[in-house]
Amino acid sequence: MTTSIPPEVDLRALPALPRDDAGPVFGAPWEAQAFAMTVSLHGRGAFTWREWADALAAELVAASARGEPDDGSHYYEHWLAALEKLVAAKKLVPGQELEQRVDEWDAAARSTAHGKPIELQRRG
Amino acid sequence: MSDHHDDEHAREHDLPLSGPALRAKALESLLVEKGLVDPKALDELIDTYETKVGPRNGARIVARAWVDPAYRKRLLENATAAIAEFGFIGRQGEDMVVLENTPKVRNVVVCTLCSCYPWPVLGLPPVWYKSAPYRARAVIDPRGVLKELGGEVPENVEVRVWDSTAELRYLVLPERPEGTEGWSEDELAEIVTRDAMIGVAQAKAPGQGKR
Repeated sequence: MTTSIPPEVDLRALPALPRDDAGPVFGAPWEAQAFAMTVSLHGRGAFTWREWADALAAELVAASARGEPDDGSHYYEHWLAALEKLVAAKKLVPGQELEQRVDEWDAAARSTAHGKPIELQRRG
Repeated sequence: MSDHHDDEHAREHDLPLSGPALRAKALESLLVEKGLVDPKALDELIDTYETKVGPRNGARIVARAWVDPAYRKRLLENATAAIAEFGFIGRQGEDMVVLENTPKVRNVVVCTLCSCYPWPVLGLPPVWYKSAPYRARAVIDPRGVLKELGGEVPENVEVRVWDSTAELRYLVLPERPEGTEGWSEDELAEIVTRDAMIGVAQAKAPGQGKR
């Protein structure tokens, strides 16, 4: 039980609560991927759930500090950013390696005709 | 919808991968290559959380507790074990505590830091549970939140707010509504909502009360 108030909370601002009915669990396939990667990595002991919760909380606080409206709709973007940082911190996927791969997928996506599967050109 | 886009717009619109989708794909491809995740396991996980776990699990727990005093006692004493009797075990349900609502006490669950939530019994959390307004306001102004989400709580009813953690998850046992005497367990489970088990609303029999 708690009565403590996180320091980042602006007590003057009590914004409206978003509402949602029992809609789809994930808003887009990538949200499901980000979720599943996290759960799977935790399952194999890549990090503890406490470490994960701390990483996610840090992203949420940072987003709030940047003044981004946090109505829950960008939740999985923060989730993915937290996962990227945690796997980098754990030296599983260095940040530089990820950025390079993002660029490769981006280039592959742009050069692929609509309706064709996107594939990376593997360098020999 | 217009039939015509300028080329620039059409191009952006048609880009099959961009933003977080692109980053998620890139990360996944690296993790798979390194043997850190198995694509099949990822698909299974997604299927589980999209179709197999959800608040219907929690509703069955609550309905059983309403009709079976011995189960209710076990549930309040050792929630993790009592919930496991239904086979609802697994991630983010390892250490469960059930909070009993009474005519004098209403319990409300929040995760102020992120979105800790009892997945095996409630599935994944709704958008509002993950939102900054709820995470902040549930603690600062629980009565206001309850008024907005599930109806006003009388002054003489105590509101207790419980902050979930990475280690400890809560499930609210709502009060059994009046007018449900003689109902079967299955019928009762039908009226137990997700919001009632988070604690922001009450279970209500059809036709009972207005929100």
